[in-house]
Amino acid sequence: MSDNVATIGGVTVRLPVPATAQRRGRLSLTPYGLVAPALTLMLIMLLGPLAGVIALSFTDYQLGAPSLSWIGLANYHEMFGDRVFWTSLRNTLVYVGIVVPGAVTTGLAIALLIQSGTSLRSLYRTIYFLPVMATLIAMAVVWEFMLHPQFGLVNGVLREIGIAGPSWLQDRSTALYALCAIGIWQAAGFNMVLFLAGLVSIPKQLYEAAEIDGAASAWARFRLVTWPLLRPVTTFVVVISGIRSFQVFDTVHVLTKGGPSKSTEVLIHSMYTEGFEFFRSGYGAALTVVFLTFILLLTLIKSRLADRGVQYA
Amino acid sequence: MTTPAKLSLWSVVRHILLVAGAVVMLLPFVWMISTASKPPSEVFSSELHLIPHQFALWENLQTAFAKANLWRFLLNGVMVTVSIFVLQVLVALPAAYALAKLRFIGRNALFALVLFGILIPPQATAIPVFLLLHKLGVLDSYAALVLPFTISVFGIFLMRQFFRNVPDDLVDAARMDGISEFGIVWRVMLPAAIPAVTAFGIFSVVAHWNDYFWPLIVLNSEHLRTPPLAVAHFRNAEAGTNYGALMAAAMVIIAPLLVAFLLAQRRFVEGIALTGIK
Repeated sequence: MSDNVATIGGVTVRLPVPATAQRRGRLSLTPYGLVAPALTLMLIMLLGPLAGVIALSFTDYQLGAPSLSWIGLANYHEMFGDRVFWTSLRNTLVYVGIVVPGAVTTGLAIALLIQSGTSLRSLYRTIYFLPVMATLIAMAVVWEFMLHPQFGLVNGVLREIGIAGPSWLQDRSTALYALCAIGIWQAAGFNMVLFLAGLVSIPKQLYEAAEIDGAASAWARFRLVTWPLLRPVTTFVVVISGIRSFQVFDTVHVLTKGGPSKSTEVLIHSMYTEGFEFFRSGYGAALTVVFLTFILLLTLIKSRLADRGVQYA
Repeated sequence: MTTPAKLSLWSVVRHILLVAGAVVMLLPFVWMISTASKPPSEVFSSELHLIPHQFALWENLQTAFAKANLWRFLLNGVMVTVSIFVLQVLVALPAAYALAKLRFIGRNALFALVLFGILIPPQATAIPVFLLLHKLGVLDSYAALVLPFTISVFGIFLMRQFFRNVPDDLVDAARMDGISEFGIVWRVMLPAAIPAVTAFGIFSVVAHWNDYFWPLIVLNSEHLRTPPLAVAHFRNAEAGTNYGALMAAAMVIIAPLLVAFLLAQRRFVEGIALTGIK
């Protein structure tokens, strides 16, 4: 990211360039004093642990064990030979594969609908943003009751129209999809805000120009102006949603604990179980490294796209 | 050509679609309040109704507060989120000022580290940080909840971007007045950066009030529980038996942030949209 450019909600804005400052010699040591606490904490709480987690993944360390030994790739061998790991990876990818398109398209649709008129804009924005603000754990508990096989709202409504609903979270064929639905419900409003920021930055003249050039229908204007100009924001939102859904944990831990029969086991939940319930730090670290690899891949995509540049001017 | 008739038809369709979506978004909140207001006999009934026949919100709230020390958990939430935010500002502001306005060897390297740090998800460092806190003997304490988050590289980045736009004249004038560099951070830069600090504060408080992963890992003691942890424990104890009280407890836990959000919507949306940068 270059110095005088900031990205806000996926939209790159050029900031005024500050005048070059003259600095005096007496300041020589002060900067180090100012950054020392931040740098120290960064090393202890962030960069050190990051190096630590990679190093740990090559050891057999267990919390409380008197010693640890270097076991090379043994953790990875165990992991790749473990069916639970593959189930967990597949479930995570299914979750990401459903929640990302789901939450991005709903977020985009809501933003376009809100922006296509002038009345009640902020009321709608507030309503759609509520799920983002509400503590997910509390809302997960509410969803659990709504999905209750017998007394839940969802199956109650289905019963009214003559359908016998499944036991959503207790059924291995539906549990993961129920969690996806909660994930989309929670993330849509967040994406909406990012898209709204992108929509506002599209110059009005472009729409007028498109109309003069014969783009009469709303769809034509969307295809010719909105979509191309929104594409960078969209890719950005897709990557952000991807990173956030890879981290899915809260709903899994409180609602299903990875069950029934591992049908909702996901990467971070496996890492939590191995690292903090069985205290197999080394093996948990290896799972973390897999998770990190995916996050890194997504981040690389993001910076690739950012380098291509987003220009509205 | 867009005619007025076409416009008003679209505006009707727009409202219909948006209201339909809004109903889905609000449904869990409405159902939560509805269930929290029902006595058990109505909760455990297959007949669907939104408005309780017999209004039992008060009883359910009383049960919730009697079964769990909700005041204590809310207070824990406030103490932890406020401590985290204050420490983050204390650590980040001087560093952000140095990165934005001072020249020193290693500045670019440090800034590169900050940008790199933003990419690291909190779950990635959990195991080593946990082991470190274990070594220090501070697991299961407020310190364990606060310490790992005292450094916010995102906060440093955000404040540094903001500080770059504070005029150098302002800084130079302060130096003429004999204010030290450290003084400039708090007496010149902080007041100029209040909007950015507020946005960051909202971002930070919301993230840590709602955080479940970290408190779950480091806490054992009941009296230290943060609000999300309290709801999860309440659910494990009461689900299947007392949904009314459970929904009342959930209401109490999400209320503080939702009320704050409704009072200052624009600022909250801005603050949370900042996460988009991450």
